[in-house]
Amino acid sequence: MARRTFSIGGVHPADSKISRGCKLEYLPIPPTVYIALSQHIGAPAKPVVAVGDKVKVGQVLAEPGGFMSAYIHSSVSGTVKSIGPRKDLSGNNQMVVEIAVEGDDWMEDIDRTDTLVTDIPEDPKSIIEKIKLGGVVGLGGATFPTHVKLSPPPGKVCEMLIINGCECEPYLTSDFRTLLEKGEQVVIGTALIKKALGVAKATIAIEDNKLEAIEHIQKVVNDLKSKGPEYSGIEVLSLMKKYPEGGEKQLIDAVMHRQVKSGGLPIDVGAVVDNVCTALAVYEAVQKNKPLIDNSVTVTGECFPKQANLIVRVGTPLNYVIDYLGGVPEEAAKVISGGPMMGKSIANLEAATMKGTGGLLFLTREQTKRMPESNCIRCGKCAEACPMGLEPFLLNRLAKAGDTDALEANAVQDCIMCGCCLYSCPAGIPLLDIISQARGQVMGIMRARAAAAKAAAEAAKASAGSPTAK
Amino acid sequence: MTTTIIWTIAIISGLGLLLALTLYLVALRFKVEEDPRIELVEKAMPGANCGGCGFAGCHAFADSAVKAPNLDNHYCPVGGNETMKKVAEILGYEMTEKDPMVAVVRCNGTCSARPRTSEYDGTLSCKVKASLYAGDTGCAYGCLGCGDCVAACKFGAISMDPETGLPVVDEEKCTACGACSKACPKAIIELRKKGPRGMREYVSCVNKDKGPGVKKACASACIGCGICAKTCTHDAIVLENNVAYIDFGKCKLCRECEAMCPTGAIHGVNFPKPIDKDAIKARVQERQKKAREAAAAAAEAAKAVEVAVKPAVDEVKKEESNG
Amino acid sequence: MDKILVSPNPHIHSATTTKVLMRDVVIALLPAVIVSVVFYGWKELLVLAVSVLSCLAIEYLITRYCMKKASTIGDWSAAVTGVLLALNLPPTTPWWVVFIGALVAIGVAKMTFGGLGQNIFNPALVGRVFLLISFPTYMTHWEIPQGLFGVDAISGATPLGAIKEGLMQGASVPDLMASHGYTYSQMLFANIGGSAGEACAIAILVGFIYLVARKVIKPWITLSILGTVAAVSCVFWLANPAQFTDPLFNLLTGGLLLGSCFMATDYVTSPMSTKGGIIFGIGIGFITLMIRYFGSYPEGVSFAILIMNSTVPLLNNWFHQKKYGRA
Repeated sequence: MARRTFSIGGVHPADSKISRGCKLEYLPIPPTVYIALSQHIGAPAKPVVAVGDKVKVGQVLAEPGGFMSAYIHSSVSGTVKSIGPRKDLSGNNQMVVEIAVEGDDWMEDIDRTDTLVTDIPEDPKSIIEKIKLGGVVGLGGATFPTHVKLSPPPGKVCEMLIINGCECEPYLTSDFRTLLEKGEQVVIGTALIKKALGVAKATIAIEDNKLEAIEHIQKVVNDLKSKGPEYSGIEVLSLMKKYPEGGEKQLIDAVMHRQVKSGGLPIDVGAVVDNVCTALAVYEAVQKNKPLIDNSVTVTGECFPKQANLIVRVGTPLNYVIDYLGGVPEEAAKVISGGPMMGKSIANLEAATMKGTGGLLFLTREQTKRMPESNCIRCGKCAEACPMGLEPFLLNRLAKAGDTDALEANAVQDCIMCGCCLYSCPAGIPLLDIISQARGQVMGIMRARAAAAKAAAEAAKASAGSPTAK
Repeated sequence: MTTTIIWTIAIISGLGLLLALTLYLVALRFKVEEDPRIELVEKAMPGANCGGCGFAGCHAFADSAVKAPNLDNHYCPVGGNETMKKVAEILGYEMTEKDPMVAVVRCNGTCSARPRTSEYDGTLSCKVKASLYAGDTGCAYGCLGCGDCVAACKFGAISMDPETGLPVVDEEKCTACGACSKACPKAIIELRKKGPRGMREYVSCVNKDKGPGVKKACASACIGCGICAKTCTHDAIVLENNVAYIDFGKCKLCRECEAMCPTGAIHGVNFPKPIDKDAIKARVQERQKKAREAAAAAAEAAKAVEVAVKPAVDEVKKEESNG
Repeated sequence: MDKILVSPNPHIHSATTTKVLMRDVVIALLPAVIVSVVFYGWKELLVLAVSVLSCLAIEYLITRYCMKKASTIGDWSAAVTGVLLALNLPPTTPWWVVFIGALVAIGVAKMTFGGLGQNIFNPALVGRVFLLISFPTYMTHWEIPQGLFGVDAISGATPLGAIKEGLMQGASVPDLMASHGYTYSQMLFANIGGSAGEACAIAILVGFIYLVARKVIKPWITLSILGTVAAVSCVFWLANPAQFTDPLFNLLTGGLLLGSCFMATDYVTSPMSTKGGIIFGIGIGFITLMIRYFGSYPEGVSFAILIMNSTVPLLNNWFHQKKYGRA
């Protein structure tokens, strides 16, 4: 049988999932947490607590600051020490709420038992409302507010819910462990999202380097089928291991054989994609009243002595996590938040975790140091690797020439920043560095043009409307 | 044999004539009518096509200048007043002289003053580095040192000093086109008035963080203490977002702020004599002391007046309320 | 841990570098090199040594003293050019002719454009064609393989040359084949006259399969060249077997295999897209046959590849790969 995967490009970096055997483990609560007010795509949340306030675990700290925003909850109990700027992992200032921890006192309405709640609420609106109140955001990396994603614009119909369990990034294993240890919750979460969207079919897509997870989830799905009609229509799909399978657009291509148009959304082709950890967060928010206050983080790297998959309270300083496992190893040269392909290099280890933090990866200088750049040999490996079918060598050249028109014509704005081009370039040309700059520039130009067109259309409308007004 | 030669010559000549005619006709057919003054103006321009004027190049500038009703929105920073005089003459417009400007680098976080906290391993480009993180030092506002400004300069007026790791502007070559200023993602480079004989005073720091952290990140940063603003007698210094800024329109080049700055973030350049900080400090302190005394005296006097006047005022008030 | 390292993503890199790719090409050429040394003996060894060493030396000197930058010979690309040039020359070529070839290949065709990746034409082929035009006597003085360190080498024409000459004198193809005693097994297993690399088809194919298996190159360009040659020559041959040689003969003789497997697939001078590559291959195949059938040179692969090299920028401009979500 041919193994299913996405149709264009992709690379095969070494799997390196050395922490796959480590069970999920709760990290002790740190003495102080720093909870950022902007942990999602969109407007930062507005704080509703003041300095000196006593807060409990699960209490709302901040309310959405706009349509595209999310609730932020306290992950600990204690006293609000300050609300102000603090350096994030890239060294830039970000607004955070600092809480000094006192005990572990939870909000009363949170169900902290392990009992599975399999009954799915009847009303989709109530599910979405609970997701919103739980501050759930996409945990696959983009931290897109989930309640916004589950409310498709009018006229758009969802045909298929895809639960993303690919975890195509090397090293990371937190999704894998979640599937193995919290598979029931993930499947119930899937059923909840399915209900919220009113869609008949859901696919849990898992790469075939995680056979245990595929088997386990298949079993869970079969077992839950008897619990209610909401559980029918959920399928488990095994996909060939290839990076970036977990990219939203690539996953839709792999599962549904459909491609999202440039500038379009998954819903345009009838798809909604959510990560397995998001499904778990949805389960906890809807069935257990537990907002998104902790998430699973893989701490790994060949040079790191103690591999772990930890459940970490949001806002825990990275230092605290690392010290718990024995501190930064001497050989480590780089610490990455996330996976080695798309993760962000950490410049400041005093920064705190956020909802979207999925991994802490330690790499040695040999593993990660960039090789010196040499001439392009026009081998076309970058174009072969690009999962969007772009030609990075060409975009690089155009970006250096500053030709924004040609960049747009060659679809630089479609770049998903997966890093396949730079990963595969034999000459070590920093393609993605240059292309991501050009992408930002071109997207800025496109936005400005769209805004101007909109203003012109409105002006035309107004002038067309004025004669009748007379 | 002879006929072959004759034929060859005839054919080649005929072909040549035919092609020449075609070229002539095409040139005639597609001739672009243009105001002849555009060419004159363009000739008067420096021809660097740097875009410092805000137009795509010298031709675009000339085209726009010819069509414009006046020269208010057209100024060539490279050619300066002299070029603009010529342009104004050609077009018969009035021109207003502008002060010559120069690019000024407002960061003095040298390698020794600003210790590196991380090692950057990406493309040598300030833009890429700035979008990745705050920078490889503790200062999130300072120069990133990858030389985007050097690459942007079309006149070879900026170079990186390997000693300090900071860009240096060659005032002779700088045309104040502003390309470096636009290229800098941290907005460190500012176009400032060149000043009489090149003398100018500026705050060489843009760090907006609060005092203690700033000092830790960089020994020569502006910590926003405000001493300079208090010292200035010309109202030229404003303190905003924890960083001082000298308004070059108001600055009288007295160098008092430079002497008073505790971190040496204020720089004075091209002055004929080196600054005598102690003398200026003594002068300023003396003046401030006098001012304080005067203020105290004035307050005393005001109080005395108030005491003297108060009964009368009270009287008036009482009457008013009664009335 | 001293200072934390910070860079944009990705943070890991594939093990494939320019050096690895070029070394793979040299490894793929080894069967052909070994076979040619076995069949032509020490003369061939001398040609190979002179060619590779002068290519390396010339690149080193140019990078260090003309371009004033770090030497690039460590990337193995000069070695590839050296081996390919040697395999494209008759084993009897004097050492100084080989040196001139290397000088033109590296000095003119490669480094004047800015080094690896910047050149328009395949350096080894430019070197070879330069020698072919400048020193026709040496370049057409072929030797018929006489076994390992064979006693006295017999000079003679290549099959293509012999047949071209015969055809000009009015003979027909089947007669010529018979009179020269050419058989296909001879051509497959290294027993025909020609430049060193043309001697053994099997050795070339082994190298080609290695390159494809290692994913260094994609087979499309080679297949489209061979396919075109087979198809076009089939049409001509069927039309007039007395005048035109048959497809198999055309596939196995001359530098066609060496050219299509190693020279036309050179990254730098071939199109990036698969579609472009196929058209590039069709062009090479067609031009080769036109030169062989109607030109005054018996062999046309070098010229065909160089001509098609010049169309690569255009092909790259015309053919792009399929983009995601854009019909």
